[in-house]
Amino acid sequence: MTKILRMSLRATILLPLLLLANPVSAATSYGTTLTSPVTPSRVTGADGFIPRWLLLEPIPVNGLTESAVQAMVKKQWFPDQFTVIPKDGQTEAVDDSTLTWHAVDTRLYNVNLYHFAHSLKKPTSNVLFWAVTIVNSPREMKDVRLAIGSNAASVWWLNGEEVVGIYNDRQTVIDDGVSRRLTLKKGPNVVRAAVVNGGGATDFCARFLDENDKPIAGLTITLSRPH
Amino acid sequence: MKLNSLTGSTTLRFAVMATMLAIPACARALNGDVGIHDPSTITYDDGKYYVYGTGGGPLVSDDGWTWRRGTVPSRTGAAPDVIHIGDKYFMYIARGYQQPKADVMMIWSKSLDPNSPDYKWNDGGVVASSDGEEDSNAIDPGAFLDPTTGRLWLVYGSYFGYIRLVELDPKTGMRKDPKSKPINLAINCEASDMIYHDGWYYLLATHGSCCAGTSSGYNIRMGRSRHVTGPFLDAEGVDMIQGGGTELIGSGQRKVGPGHFGLLDLGNGVQKFSMHWEADLDRGGASVLDIRPLLWKDGWPVAGENPKEGTYEIHSVHTGTSLAMAVEGSPVGGGRMRQGPGLGPIGVGRPGAGQAGGTRGARPANGGSSGGGGQRAGGGPRPGGGIFGGTGSPIADQTAASVDANWPAGDTGASMENYQLQAQQKWQITAVPDAGGYPGAPYFKITVAGTDRALAATADGELVVRASFTGTPEQLWRLDQLSDGSWRIMPKSQANLKDGMALSAIGASFPTLSKFNAKSDMQHWLLKTP
Repeated sequence: MTKILRMSLRATILLPLLLLANPVSAATSYGTTLTSPVTPSRVTGADGFIPRWLLLEPIPVNGLTESAVQAMVKKQWFPDQFTVIPKDGQTEAVDDSTLTWHAVDTRLYNVNLYHFAHSLKKPTSNVLFWAVTIVNSPREMKDVRLAIGSNAASVWWLNGEEVVGIYNDRQTVIDDGVSRRLTLKKGPNVVRAAVVNGGGATDFCARFLDENDKPIAGLTITLSRPH
Repeated sequence: MKLNSLTGSTTLRFAVMATMLAIPACARALNGDVGIHDPSTITYDDGKYYVYGTGGGPLVSDDGWTWRRGTVPSRTGAAPDVIHIGDKYFMYIARGYQQPKADVMMIWSKSLDPNSPDYKWNDGGVVASSDGEEDSNAIDPGAFLDPTTGRLWLVYGSYFGYIRLVELDPKTGMRKDPKSKPINLAINCEASDMIYHDGWYYLLATHGSCCAGTSSGYNIRMGRSRHVTGPFLDAEGVDMIQGGGTELIGSGQRKVGPGHFGLLDLGNGVQKFSMHWEADLDRGGASVLDIRPLLWKDGWPVAGENPKEGTYEIHSVHTGTSLAMAVEGSPVGGGRMRQGPGLGPIGVGRPGAGQAGGTRGARPANGGSSGGGGQRAGGGPRPGGGIFGGTGSPIADQTAASVDANWPAGDTGASMENYQLQAQQKWQITAVPDAGGYPGAPYFKITVAGTDRALAATADGELVVRASFTGTPEQLWRLDQLSDGSWRIMPKSQANLKDGMALSAIGASFPTLSKFNAKSDMQHWLLKTP
């Protein structure tokens, strides 16, 4: 079966289902693994991976070492880059470019940034991706950890605090970088990431682990704070 | 042991010999006054470890590492064994006449601590005998409580005849049926004991001759059976009643003649065993107590090793990555780009890849081969050139001194990385004198090799690498070899740290401390030669 035929069949089967879930909006695909959300929220499953993110189109950069990446993410690329909760379609002026935020759901455990950038005809090598999501916790959870993997380097913030950084050329490994023990507040918690790719494939995955290092299921993921 | 080998000066001789030589802590068979012969199974009571030997000769320890003389019980004799059941400590000890005529006597107390109001040895009487004519020598008892049935057994015997098995009453410690006929299990050995593991009963006994110092041929051998009553076959299938026995441990490492196995189960999957060496060369050839890890391989016990000082890669069994000080590493021999002749444009020449860890390399790594892969270091040929051609000359090991100018001066974090032979990934493990210990070994400091930067626990159960070692408890580490040969690494207990916390590979790049779980490999570490 050709790739085009497979995609056509998938669209034939999936699109009506998605439209049924939210009949007022159709999903946009970013490659084969990412689509724009058509439901108000998603919930982390048994494996705990966060399935919904806002992604900013890639920013050209160079360097994967700790010092290079730390300098890179500390640079102000756009206003309020450590606090903004953007809306889908919102744009940022970065250097001489205008870059757009895209809301995405992933069908897999990981978020394939190569699919994302390639589908938008954007560069995939030597680039920096910003990602934001909101994790809504039903209660305060102490001694949890943010556990991430990324291709390649990445830095992560929870509610504005830098909690994980992994550097150099690397592939995505589940729970590669793990934070110290943290507290998830009851209600919304903002997870922000900067993922830097050198070349080739690029993706990331993220989840929270409980005090016994088990994935946390049942967290509601949204892309805006409740009003 | 042979009863006629015991002399009245044994205890004094041990005390003198055990303290006469200054020995590096890491090389010792334990610390303090450890002179003993025919040690009983080490028994724990109210915060102290106790072990009894021929002629009384008890030793006491608060931590299992440093030992001192204890109080002689009401009955002394040869080669006692002690077992704790319920609220009683039963001691079995031989009373000799003229071998092979002998009795195994039982005494009991509710405490082993002479300062306890419950400390009082009571005579129980004879539990096994040999009449001097039969093929038995009723000495060297070993008590065994079957964890699967709760039945209590006693093995005993020496070279005059068989190693024999009788059943005892776990409530009284005496023979369950004095008229029952002992069961013969083995020959040509003595100092037997029994343990149970994963569906098998193991009979451990000492072969060779005792009481001859460095001429001793003592070595501990074993067979196993599906039944407590045997037959006990060795790994080659030879029945121990026909002289079989697979070696558990023999002489070595400046120590001669291991004998008198005793299981020390520390719980949570950590097992050790006690024994004596007939002659410890570092203690003038005295007979001394030792404790070693008990490992398991293919269904058989294996004698493990206590930790040895040295420089190691500390490698996670769980993640395959290694403990490191969280600094930006410098590639050994200098960084090279993933570019070179014959490489196509796809998947190579990734700018970030080639720079990994290299940009902070202000000084070349030790060996003088700094710079990119295109630079020749020593004038030798470089077949092919490029990244695959090397430098043309050997690259020296990377030392901390060659790269530490790039490291922050103060405390740093701990991380885990793919091992790349870099200086921040190599750890020096060094025994710390007078810092106490645990069964078998002293506490150690773990420092980045070539530096005084010390791995430490934090109050919130995480890790930090302190700028220098100060000897505080959070910088002292306990290393226990686990049953698979890997290591559990735990900080010395401190008031604000949870008990049982061990170095844990929670993520491929992140170590932490978490409660030890023997069933998880997250806390299993390999100490590899860097």
